Amino acid sequence: MRHTTLTIRIAVRPLALFAAAAGPAVAQPTAEEIVARSLETFYYAGEDQRARVTMRLINPQGKERRREMTVLRKNLGSGGEQRYYIYFHTPADVKGTTFMVWKYPAREDDRWIFIPAIKLVRRIAADDKRSSFVGSDFTYEDVSGRELKDETHNLLGEEDLDGRPVYRIESVPKAKVDYVRRLSWIDRERGLPLKEEYYDVRGELLRTFTADEVREVDGHWTATRRTMRVAQSGHRTEVVYEAVSYDVGLGEALFSERYLRRPPRQWIR
Amino acid sequence: MNRRPRAAPLLGLLAGLAWGSAGPARATVQLPEIHGFLQAHAAARLGSVDCDRETECAWPFNEQRLQLKAEGGGLEGTLGYAGKLDLVHDAALDKTDADLRELYADYNAERFTVRAGRQVITWGVADLLFINDTFPKAWVSFFGGLPLEYLKRGSDALRLDLFPDLADMQIVLARFRRDLLPDSDRFVLPGPDISGALDEPSELEASLRVSRYFGSWDAALYLARTHYRAPALNQVGGRWKREFPRLNVYGASLSGPLWSGVLNLEAGHYDSVKDRDGTDPAVENSQTRLLVGYSRQVAEDTTLGLQAYAEWMHDHDAYRHTLPEGFPERDQLRTVATLRFTQFHLHQTLRLSLFAFWGVSKGDGYIIPSVRYAFSDPLWGELGANLFVGDRSGQFGGLRDNDNIYATLRYAF
Repeated sequence: MRHTTLTIRIAVRPLALFAAAAGPAVAQPTAEEIVARSLETFYYAGEDQRARVTMRLINPQGKERRREMTVLRKNLGSGGEQRYYIYFHTPADVKGTTFMVWKYPAREDDRWIFIPAIKLVRRIAADDKRSSFVGSDFTYEDVSGRELKDETHNLLGEEDLDGRPVYRIESVPKAKVDYVRRLSWIDRERGLPLKEEYYDVRGELLRTFTADEVREVDGHWTATRRTMRVAQSGHRTEVVYEAVSYDVGLGEALFSERYLRRPPRQWIR
Repeated sequence: MNRRPRAAPLLGLLAGLAWGSAGPARATVQLPEIHGFLQAHAAARLGSVDCDRETECAWPFNEQRLQLKAEGGGLEGTLGYAGKLDLVHDAALDKTDADLRELYADYNAERFTVRAGRQVITWGVADLLFINDTFPKAWVSFFGGLPLEYLKRGSDALRLDLFPDLADMQIVLARFRRDLLPDSDRFVLPGPDISGALDEPSELEASLRVSRYFGSWDAALYLARTHYRAPALNQVGGRWKREFPRLNVYGASLSGPLWSGVLNLEAGHYDSVKDRDGTDPAVENSQTRLLVGYSRQVAEDTTLGLQAYAEWMHDHDAYRHTLPEGFPERDQLRTVATLRFTQFHLHQTLRLSLFAFWGVSKGDGYIIPSVRYAFSDPLWGELGANLFVGDRSGQFGGLRDNDNIYATLRYAF
C-alpha cells in the first residue's frame, strides 16, 4: 500500500516541479498525488530524523503544561514501515519514560512503554489512533501519520495562504471517525500541509492545525512550529521542533526493548 | 515549566570543557541532575475493628516523604549512575527514617551493560500477579495505597545484560532481601501473631532472563535460583525461627498483539527445594503457575484488562496428611481473576482507575478504586481505597479488617 504511495511520489515530484515552472498550462497532479506527497514530506522525510520536541498544552484560561521529549524516527525500507522512539525529559515526574512504536502501513502499531520508577517495560494496546497523544490536542495519528487510502481526496483549487501558493484539498474519511471532513492547504512547491481544518457531521469546526514556522533542514522542508487548536473548548497545543536533523544514521536495533531500558545517550540530550 | 535546575547543565558543560582540554576529545563528564518529590500519604481504616494495642488502628498510614533522585553519567554515556533516597517521616509509627531505594552505577558497552548496586528489577508480563518476577516486594506499602513504585523493593545486585545477535540476556546476582509483608504494626491479621528470629539466607541468588522478538511477539525464558521471600515458621528447640526456604523457578512468557489488544501469557514452575515431596507443612509445596491476560482499548482513553491466573499445588495429598490440626487447608488449585479499568478525562489530567482481584476458589476479593488528578505538571493528588471482601480463609478475605481509604499528594521537582 505504502509502496504505491512512493511510486506516485516519484512520479509526482518532477511533474510538480514542472508545473511550478511552466504555470497552469501543464496537467494538474491529482488530489491523491498531492496528499501522497504531503504525507511523504511531513512524515517520511529522510531515512531517519532526530528532534527535540516541546509540546505546550494550553487551556482556555492560559494555564500551561509542558512535555519535552526527544523523538527518533526511522523509515524501514520503502514499504511505509517506521519505528519511533520517544524519550520524555519533562515533566519531572515522568522524566526517563520511554515510548516505542513500530508502525505498519496496513495494521495496528506495536507500542511499548518503559516506566523508570519500577523499571517496567509494558506492551500497550494500540487500537485507537484517534486518541490523544500524551494529553495534547494531537492524536497519535497526527504525530505518526495517517494512511492515504483512509480518506478520499478532492482538489478544490489553488490559492495563496500567507504568501505561499497552496492547493486546497478536501478529504473525507472512509471509516467513521470523530471528523467527517478535513480541509487542507498544502504548499504547492514544498509539499507541506500549512493548515488543516477538521469538521464534524454538523459542519462545525472541530480542530485547526497550522504550521507556524517552516524551515529547510538538511534539504527537507520541516514544520518546526505547529499548533493544534480545538475550536469548541479553546484548548490548544503548540509544538516546537528544535535540533532537527535528518539522516543521522539511527540503527534499527535502537528501536528495541534494550534501548527502552537504556536510553541511547548518543541521541538523547 | 521547565523545572530542571539550570545550573547543572552549565556546570556540566564547564566540567566537560575542563575535561576535554585534558583528556580525550570526546570525553565529557556530566554533573548529576537532581530531581525528586515531596509526598504526603495517609490511609484511614474503615469500619469499627478491634485492633490489638500495638496496632495503629485509625490511621495505619500517615507519612511525609522527600525523595531525592540524582542521575548522571560520563564518557558519552559509557558510564552512568543513579540514586534515589527517601527521607520518611512516619507519623503513624512515630519514626523518621532514610530509605535508600536505589543506588547503582552502570557501565555501557555496545554488546553489554553492567549495573552494580541497589536496583529495582521487574520481570514478566503479568499485571500485579507475579510468576517469574521473584524480586523483593513491599506488599505492606501496596495494601496501604502508596504509589505502585513502592511495591517494588530494590535488589542489592550485580546485573549483566548481554546483547548477542540471537537474543537479549539478563543475568542477576543478588543478595537476599525479603518481602515486606503486612505486620501487626499497621494490620489486623488472622491467626496468632508468632514472632521469631529472622534467619535470612546469606548465599547469593542467581536469575537469568533470555528474551527476543518473534515478529511482533516478545518471548522470554526465565530461570531463578532463589528463596521464598515470605518466611516459613520453624520451631527449633522450642523457639520459633522465620526462615526463607530455597526456591528454584523455571518459566516463560509471551506477549503480542491480538484483536487490536495485547495478549499476555506467562507460566512458571516453582520447585520448592526444601520440600520436594510436600511433607513439610512449614514450607510451601512445589507449584505450577499459569496466567493468561488480555487488555485492549474499549473506548477513547479507556482501557480494560482481564487476567486469569491458576496456581496448582503439587503433592497436595502429602500436604493434607502433614497439615497440623486446626490449620485451614488450602485448595490444590487456587485461581484468581483480575480486572483493570483505566479511563482518562480532561486532557489526561484526570484518571479513573479500578483494579480488582477475585479469588475464584475461595470467593474472596480485593478491590482498589482510585481517582488521580494532576493539578499542574508537578502536582498531583490521588484518592483511593483498598477494600478486602469475602471469606476470611482466603488470601484477600484474610485482610478484611484492613479496609482503608487513602489520599496521596505529590509535588515533583
